[in-house]
Amino acid sequence: MWRVGTVIALHDETATARTITLEIPDWPGHVAGQHVDVRLTASDGYSAVRSYSIASAPNAERRVEITVERLPDGEVSPYLTQELAVSDRLELRGPIGGWFVWRPEQTEPIQLVAGGSGIVPLMAMIRSRAATGSTATFRLLYSVREPGAVLYRDELQALSDQDSSVNITYAYTRSAPRDWPRPPGRINAALIEQTTWPSNLSPTSYVCGPTSFVESASRLLTAIGNNPDKIRTERFGPTGERQ
Amino acid sequence: MNSETDDYLDGNAAGGELSNIFTIDVTAAKGQCAHCGAMKRFAEAHLYMQAPGLVARCCVCQHVLLRLVNVRERVFLDLGGMTCLILDTSQLLRSGR
Repeated sequence: MWRVGTVIALHDETATARTITLEIPDWPGHVAGQHVDVRLTASDGYSAVRSYSIASAPNAERRVEITVERLPDGEVSPYLTQELAVSDRLELRGPIGGWFVWRPEQTEPIQLVAGGSGIVPLMAMIRSRAATGSTATFRLLYSVREPGAVLYRDELQALSDQDSSVNITYAYTRSAPRDWPRPPGRINAALIEQTTWPSNLSPTSYVCGPTSFVESASRLLTAIGNNPDKIRTERFGPTGERQ
Repeated sequence: MNSETDDYLDGNAAGGELSNIFTIDVTAAKGQCAHCGAMKRFAEAHLYMQAPGLVARCCVCQHVLLRLVNVRERVFLDLGGMTCLILDTSQLLRSGR
């Protein structure tokens, strides 16, 4: 079932990523981690559908935020990040997904692992935790190209400053700030071991990013003793043009 | 990047298409592979979208679990690769349906 949302705000997160806030009158509510499908239809009837994770926490205002990363060869993301304007309408299907979700009833330690714009659904979980006053302890390992590509930087900083139960580790893959303790590189066994929950605490892990990132991160989590059944994954890639 | 291992997404990405057919979310459902017998969440299946439709494969043995193709007003859905699909009806109670 397709719904129509109206764009009520646009916010540039980085040079290539934009957050779109939509108001959807018949929105049934969502759970952190879910996504929507967005359908664009051209005047000749050609249509393209892409999936985008919801970035916002569940709310009573029937508002949904998605953060879209512009892909150079994308069919949909250049339009969403450059041409879409406030008061435009978008066709959406969702909320979608009942597995890659975090619910406030969950009290176990939570390990979030983001690769690039894989942070988006995990941000919804962090926001949902804050909005509901949950006391679940969260750790986020955020692998990102460079400091300028970090999404939600100020909000993440504020959340972890205010609440010692939210711990954030940035892992830069291409360039790091000058005084950064770790040289740029992909996440590896040592980093996973040092920064994620010990497996004996039985955390639930949520890993989101490009397919290769998800494969390697979930393998590393399993290697330090995490039960594969407690690792939930969501992959995106060129075919799905996710975010 | 290895094209052999990176050209798939996962069952989450089929959730929207499957919501056209199923009232209950399929990504959280457990499905049993007809080939190796693994019982996994559908969200964990490897999803290939390069074809004219969707192909989901078992994340353990790569056997085809599901194929879905839209042709004009018709949807062709082949679930022959799954011997069983267990759906969670508590979602219906939550949403009052």
